[in-house]
Amino acid sequence: MAHFDHGSAHPTEVEDEVQVARRARIALWLFVVYCVAYGAFMLLNAFAPKVMETTFGGVNLAIWYGFGLIGGALLLALVYAWLCRK
Amino acid sequence: MIYERSTLAVAIFAVFVGITLGLSFYLGRRAKSASGYFAAGGHIHWFVNGIAFAGDYLSAASFLGICGMIAFYGYDGFLYSIGYLAGWIVALFVVAEPLKRMGKFTFADALDSRFHSRGIKLSAAISTLAVSIFYLIPQMVGAGALIKPLLGFSHATGVITVGAVVILIVTTAGMVSTTYVQFIKGSLLVVFSTVLVVMILNRGLIARPWKSDPMIHHFRTLNVPTAAKTKDDLIKSGPLKCYNGWKTPMQEVEVEELLPQNPAWQKTPYVRLHVKGDDVPTVWRFDTWEPHVTTLGDWGYLRETQTVTVTRDGKKLVNGKPQGRLEAQGDLFPVGQIDFFFGEDFGENATHTGSLGPIDYLEKLSSSRVTLWGSDVIKDEDGSVTTVYYPKHTHGRDILLPGNHPTFKGIRSDKLTDKLNFLSLMLALFGGTASLPHILIRYYTVKDQASARKSTIVGIASIGFFYVLTLYIGLGAMTSGALDVTNSNMAAPLLAKSFGEWLFAIISAIAFTTVLGTVSGLIIAASGAVAHDICGTLLKMNMTDSQKIRIAKIASVGVGLIAIVLGILFEKMNVSYLVGWAFSVAASANLPSLIMLIFWPGTTKQGITASITVGVISSLSWILLSADTFKDVYGSDPSKALVPFSQPGIVTIPLGFAVLIGVSLLTRRREVVA
Repeated sequence: MAHFDHGSAHPTEVEDEVQVARRARIALWLFVVYCVAYGAFMLLNAFAPKVMETTFGGVNLAIWYGFGLIGGALLLALVYAWLCRK
Repeated sequence: MIYERSTLAVAIFAVFVGITLGLSFYLGRRAKSASGYFAAGGHIHWFVNGIAFAGDYLSAASFLGICGMIAFYGYDGFLYSIGYLAGWIVALFVVAEPLKRMGKFTFADALDSRFHSRGIKLSAAISTLAVSIFYLIPQMVGAGALIKPLLGFSHATGVITVGAVVILIVTTAGMVSTTYVQFIKGSLLVVFSTVLVVMILNRGLIARPWKSDPMIHHFRTLNVPTAAKTKDDLIKSGPLKCYNGWKTPMQEVEVEELLPQNPAWQKTPYVRLHVKGDDVPTVWRFDTWEPHVTTLGDWGYLRETQTVTVTRDGKKLVNGKPQGRLEAQGDLFPVGQIDFFFGEDFGENATHTGSLGPIDYLEKLSSSRVTLWGSDVIKDEDGSVTTVYYPKHTHGRDILLPGNHPTFKGIRSDKLTDKLNFLSLMLALFGGTASLPHILIRYYTVKDQASARKSTIVGIASIGFFYVLTLYIGLGAMTSGALDVTNSNMAAPLLAKSFGEWLFAIISAIAFTTVLGTVSGLIIAASGAVAHDICGTLLKMNMTDSQKIRIAKIASVGVGLIAIVLGILFEKMNVSYLVGWAFSVAASANLPSLIMLIFWPGTTKQGITASITVGVISSLSWILLSADTFKDVYGSDPSKALVPFSQPGIVTIPLGFAVLIGVSLLTRRREVVA
């Protein structure tokens, strides 16, 4: 359970600049991966909407891609958490 | 539609509000410092904060607006879910840790951490206020939409009730009570939405062809005689044939009168017929089964519609009668059904799939025909205004593809501006989340960067899961036979009602609490901007903690009152659509400066100030000059709009970056020369 005391703001944490830079680099790469997937989704819908009609297992690509973007966000978040666990 | 007041829903809601306020007063006695009031002292546990992210973020727009949009248009509402969730990637990978490192209480703190500039403080505070108020409007509209069926009060009463409760929550304990309200709300919302989806899948899909279900109103379909070339020819050749379904004999229907086609009606696809046996004339829409058939006499249909007419003297007529439940009065019929499954033999009896898995549900729906409902407004010469709600028989396959809603028509359009409008909205949703002040300030409530990161991941998990549920809630509502054609925001509660009174009561109460949680966060963000940024830093008022808290509380009351007024004025707009605007303004005003401050050492204070100012002004101006605003807010001709498409993000977000880079380069050079 969280604390309920509401005194002054928490003291500033001590930072390891090397770790901060490493985390930032990992975050940037993962961000680029997701941007490519999201950008492709936007562009396919706008300029090749017929592709979204393709069905896999009885369900169209629009649905699968949407689920993939939501699930993929969580997957990348977990990968990031694992890489930054130290 | 007339709703019956639910005593059970009132009782559950009263319990929720009672617990919420009790918690607020309990925590309020402990929140004495400014740090406690604005940032909960930085001591919220990362898991609590993560769920509170969900409680903060899953607003009325997410729950009511998205489900409503999916229920009326299919996949398009899910595009909002995808965009909203994708925005959390920006929050996690780009913003979370640097923001926690740089800031203290507000979004302006982080931007100003390097420069100590009054210009940055002022522009960031104004941006925070503008975005918060824009975001508050749909929350309050959602509250008003809920109060009608829940308590039986007017829209205005709902908005005022929410406003009053939220002001009480925020002024008692600030961020502490807000966090725990959001934590409780986020948990309840995800848990009960899961329960609702399990029940939807367990029920499966039911095709109700024509007269098979006495609970579903039978909307009639008449065959247009082949000889009819104009509307006036319709009744010249004798009785019309009423189509009752596959393998079912047609009945003859005698039309007593075809109402005169004055100019307002003549140019529409509608005719007003007085069918023998009906009390009053009804409005029928000309429709075709085959897409290539476009004229009367080419084997078309007349489909019965529903109407709401407001006469010049303010009287309201529903389907031609005064609205009410008494004899000689009328009300709108609930709608939303599957007509039949393609490839299956169907007659007069309903077909039930039985319980379905999540993928089977979508597969089965895509092989069905669903009746969706559209609307048209006809302004008569006598001053009356009639809104016609008409059935649209739609292939399930098309429902599960984007492009049905007017906002997303660009997907199926050849016009570049329509496509740009779509891309612009999706860009704003992506960039908007990490630019929302009430989300950003939540990073200050945890102790360190690791907690900020972990709480964001918990937020992504709970929010992502909820957004998957919205698809099933929306589609479940679409086929539930319980929809109100006049109010898409009521889709989720009415779906719950189709399962029983208890679920309706719980879902309605949670939806109401949803509004409380998000509105509390927004008001805290806005009051922090006023007390901390404007009064504390900009006006250099030397305040003690208690004075700062007092000013924040006064600001909370002020912002709450503004939200109440706007919530009443914007009653008729879809809440999800309004949130799209808030995201556009947030992304245009805040995202460029946040990102450039983190990644570009060349950023100057003048660059940040100019970027925020240009972002707010350009995005707001674009919205106010857009076709959607002309049509929905001003009530004027959308073709007179001064901008080529309605969503500003694709222009104003890059503009914010360009201004920041340009001004920073200019001001840096000056510094070097000096």
